[in-house]
Formats: sequence, structure tokens, C-alpha cells
Amino acid sequence: MSILLSKESRIIVQGFTGSAGSFHAKQCLDYGSPIVGGVTPGRGGQTHLERPVFDTVHEAVEKAGADTSLIFVPAPFAADAIMEAADAGIDLIICITEGMPVKDMAVVKRFLSVKSRPRRLIGPNCPGVITPGQAKAGIMPAYIHTPGPIGVVSRSGTLTYEAVHQLTRNALGQSTVVGIGGDPIPGSSFTDILELFESDPQTEAVVMIGEIGGSAEEEAAAFFKRKMSKPVFGFIAGRSAPEGRRMGHAGAIVEGGAGTHASKIKAMREAGIVVVENLSEIGDVVSRSRQAAPASR
Amino acid sequence: MKFLEYEAKELLRPHGVPLPPSGGVIKTAAGLPAALRRAGKGPWVIKAQVLAGGRGKAGGIKLAKTAAQAKAAAKSIIGMNLVTHQTKGQGIKVREVLVEGAAKIEREIYFSILIDRRGACPVVVASAEGGMEIEKLAEEKPQAILRLPFDPVAGLRDYEARRLAFDLKIPAQRVGEFVKLAKALATVFIQYDCSLLEINPLAFTPKGLLALDAKLITDDNALFRHQELAKKTDHETSSLEREARKADISYIGLDGNIGCMVNGAGLAMGTMDTIVLAGGRPANFLDVGGSADEERVTRAFQIILKDSKVKAILVNIFGGIVKCDMIAAGILAAVKKVKLKVPLVVRLQGTNVEQGRRLLASSSLSVVQAEDLWDAAQKAVQAAQNNGHRNGAAS
Repeated sequence: MSILLSKESRIIVQGFTGSAGSFHAKQCLDYGSPIVGGVTPGRGGQTHLERPVFDTVHEAVEKAGADTSLIFVPAPFAADAIMEAADAGIDLIICITEGMPVKDMAVVKRFLSVKSRPRRLIGPNCPGVITPGQAKAGIMPAYIHTPGPIGVVSRSGTLTYEAVHQLTRNALGQSTVVGIGGDPIPGSSFTDILELFESDPQTEAVVMIGEIGGSAEEEAAAFFKRKMSKPVFGFIAGRSAPEGRRMGHAGAIVEGGAGTHASKIKAMREAGIVVVENLSEIGDVVSRSRQAAPASR
Repeated sequence: MKFLEYEAKELLRPHGVPLPPSGGVIKTAAGLPAALRRAGKGPWVIKAQVLAGGRGKAGGIKLAKTAAQAKAAAKSIIGMNLVTHQTKGQGIKVREVLVEGAAKIEREIYFSILIDRRGACPVVVASAEGGMEIEKLAEEKPQAILRLPFDPVAGLRDYEARRLAFDLKIPAQRVGEFVKLAKALATVFIQYDCSLLEINPLAFTPKGLLALDAKLITDDNALFRHQELAKKTDHETSSLEREARKADISYIGLDGNIGCMVNGAGLAMGTMDTIVLAGGRPANFLDVGGSADEERVTRAFQIILKDSKVKAILVNIFGGIVKCDMIAAGILAAVKKVKLKVPLVVRLQGTNVEQGRRLLASSSLSVVQAEDLWDAAQKAVQAAQNNGHRNGAAS
């Protein structure tokens, strides 16, 4: 088992023939991901990377049975691409696109709230999702991953790679690694993904990588306390960040004293999440803890 | 992007938001008589145009009953180093002041619109306790703060604004006026892709409601559809930060002495944090982006080195799709090109890491290699200390 993505998924790529879409679709295919086609309006009927190209997502669903969409459409058009996928009945939408206006995501969330599909939107501004050994739908370097019992959920890209690399080096494989993205309004929250990991039989523990800004980590801590039986290890980036400045990610900003490193650490500790202070020790801390008390907390 | 009060007001005026009579912005006292004429008869208010809040208490806003008082106020404010509770001990030099007709204030309320991340929609945050800083109010009297989320597509509806008016105990005969104003602000918020629009205070005067102050922040990601905003100067960023942005590098200057170059925003923050844990202080946040090629690495080095405080540089690249040997070659070429003088610590991880490390080790350039991030941070802190002492400028 795993969450969200498996070798049974039927993935299409929106923005399939563009440079980013092509490059990363190829990498995903090389990993053995079940990509069944792609969508580029006006290029329908062509073949790209030995897969069919469709004009619309509706057509891709109808003809290729797509249930998952990986989006590489440029920011000004990304909201439309997400809504098209949702309207076509795609189950899981993963939007990699960086730089989407916040208002567009507010509109997208409104749109999704009255649809029965998708069951889940991941991103935007995220590295995507990988279920090691089964499928990769994203831009992460596949080789650092290995199948195993640890779920990973993160707001950041390369920081996730750092954590996964440490886990793999400590012989701790991953069930599924989910990048939820660094924007103020993400499609899915930490809480959403923790809930999935909690009910996934393969996942025995979760590593959660947050950063300053917003209150998603505090909400996740509250959820953990109420509903989770599996141990969670948390790291928060941005302890040294100045207030009021956006640290690269649109969502990573401390405003009016809210969303600070200290408040997140405190909420997580109080809820019983194991807080890792030193980024370079994530793998070691998880490893030590599992040797001391295998399986669950 | 953050806008100054007068810029925010210029944006609000055409949308029917009632504002005090404006005399415009002046940079020297010489422009004052004309500004006073434009603002109409006194008394007037002279207001420092800086991004920090708390200007009044710090002496950046002055009331003038006569032209002579106005002149004295303008002279004292222009050029002053304004230190408010938001400037963290450092002052901001005042380069211009806004001249406005003063209003007779009967009552003040707090009104703002921002993005509710959790609700994924805009939300009006208002309070009958105006004039106060909202952070302070939230701490001392959280029950006095009203929150009203609204639809980002439909905007603020009449009944929503009306309910808010009654909750704010606005007298019945002024509710219509308030509804119109609240809706106008919501329209501006949505139309310009704002992340914050704050009117504090929103004043009741004998002549009607007036937005006495305005704070506006827009979403940088939406600048592509707001050419008129994209042309404005970003007052918050330094010239170095703007230069970096042009090269598609995300850079924020800080006050430490270890320059950082990292790929990815989260890892860049994590690297800064690790430096602090190791006892050092980062000189900057820098996300060089996904494709850390020679050209970008060179630009990044050039930007980092323009900060004379930098005593050592830590490069932390997690080569995912980009291979480490390519990155190492890029770093070496860039080091040669910028004739790097400060110690350089490099931590590479990812595909072809061994080839990358061999390349760095076999180079005649002195590059300190690190095994992992902790090792890298410790080596960078050490290098910065040694270099600081050598120059007799330990910090």
C-alpha cells in the first residue's frame, strides 16, 4: 500500500509538450511511472514520448482512462488547467507550477468545493508525489528514494530531498513522499496528508517538514493529538528568517508576529510530535527513535 | 509588493473610497505652500511616507494649524531617521511627506482585508476599536475583532457588509455609506490581487466616512497582470535584491557574515538555520533556483560579494536532476571568473556526487569540501571567524 499514487494510477501530463513538461514526463517514464498520455491544446492526435497527446483533459479521461493529472502549465494558465482537470473528473491533480497568484487558488478552491472530483489537489508550487518503487509524478530526483515504512510530507522541494536522502542513508525507506507546496493556499494541507498516512497500512511513521508562515503546522499538531496513533517527526525551516520578509516561497513569511518558528515548534511539541531542531539530524533522529521503540508510539 | 500610504490612496481614490483632501507628496519644504493650497484650508496633517507602522508615536505625523506650523513640521520630518516599534531599533530615513487636510474625527474603526489561508478566501477583519494596532488588539481584546470571509469571485455582498456594519455598532443612518465603502475596498482588494489592504483608522467625521490611512500589499505572483503596479518602485527591497531578482535569483540581505548560496527556498532557509545552530550568522538568504549552472552561480557569487560584510561563503546544492559534476564545474568556473577572495565551503549532494567532489578536490582553487550540511555549517563558521580576525574586523 501507499497513499495517493501507485503503479495502478493512470497519469496524464498537462503541458505535456512544453519544455518542463517534456523533460519531467520523460524522467517519470524512465522511473516506470504509468503515464498514459498528455494534454496540449492544439496538439491532439500527435504522439509525444511514445504516448498519445490530447487536446482536452476530457478527451484524455475518455480515451485513455486517466485518473491522475500532473500539471506543468505556466502560472498565468495554471488555475484554468486545474479546473479543467477537475471538471473532466480527474481523481488526483498534482500541480507543479510555481508562481500562481493567491487569488487564483482562492477561485480554484471555490470551484473544487462544488465538484465531486478531484478527491485531492496537491500543490501548486510543489515537487509532486512519489511512491518509491511504484510511480513518480513530480520533479524530485527518483534515485534518492527507496520503498519503506516512512511517510514524508513537506512544504518545500529541495528540503524534502535532503530529508529523504537522510532517511534512505539510514536504511529507512518511504511509503509515499508528498510535496504539498510552499504557497499560502495549498490544494492539500499537512492535516489532509497526515490523515491519509494514518490510515495507510504501509506507513509506520511520518516525517513532516514545515516552514514559517501561516498556521498549517499548528493545525497539523492539533490533528495529530486528536487523531493519530503513528509517530510524527517534525522539522520547521526559517528559525533565522527576519519578520515581514517573504523567504522565497510566497507562503513563507512571518506577518504580525503570526506563523513564527517558535509558535510552530511549541504547538508540535505540546501535541507530542518529535521536533528535530537540526536539519542534518532528521535521518538519525527517526532511526534512533525506531530502534528504541519499533513500529508505533 | 508593499506600497506607501500615498500610493495606496492614489489607487483607492478612483474607486470611490472617500479620502481626506490631498495636497500631494513633497520632498522638500519648498513645495509646501503649493501643497497646502491643493489640500485646501487648514488645519493640515504632514505625514512621513515610509513603510513602517507606528509613525505617529515616533514623530512622523504632525498636525499643523497654521502654514508656519506646517513648514516647521515638514522641515522636521523630511530627512529624519524614523524609529518606530516596527523598524526594530533601526531608523528609516524619511524622503517624502504627504500633505493632507485634517479631519474632525468623531469615531475610529479598524478595517482590513487579507487572505485567510485556511479558508482559502479573502476575509474582512474589522473592529470598533479603531486607531489601535491590530496585533495589540488581538492580544488584549481578541473578542473585539470581527472576521468576515467572502467569496473571491462574487466579492463582498451587500448583506455581508450590512451585517458587519451592525456588528460594528455603526448607527443606522450611516450604514449605507459604510456598505458602499466596504464594497469599494473589497473590489480594490480583488481587482489588484492584494494580500493586505488595511484602513486604520477608518474615521467618522461630520462630512462622512474617511479612510485616513491606507496600507496596501499586493501579490508579487500576480504582477504579470498588473502592468501599472509592476512599473512602481518596490520600496522594501534593496538595490541588491532588485538586481538579484532580475537574474531570477531570490536574495534577501541579512546582517551576518556568512554568504549563502543554496538551491531551493526551503533548503536555503534550512541552511541559514543550520549556520545559526553552528554559532554563525548568515549574511543572506539566496535561492539560486533549480538550474544551478555556471552563469547563475557566477551571478549569485557576484551578488553575495557585493555585501562587504561577507567573510566566508557556504554553497549548499542538492543536485537532483542537475548532476553534481556539472554543478562542480560551474562553481569552479564561477570562482575563477569572480576572482573569489573569501573562503568557500561547498557541500554537494545528489547524482554524480563523487565525480563532483573529485573535480573540486583536484582544482588548484581552494575550496573546502564538506561531508554533510552540519559539517559544512561548522566549517563555514570557522572560516568566517578566521577570515574576520585576519582582516582585523571580527564581528
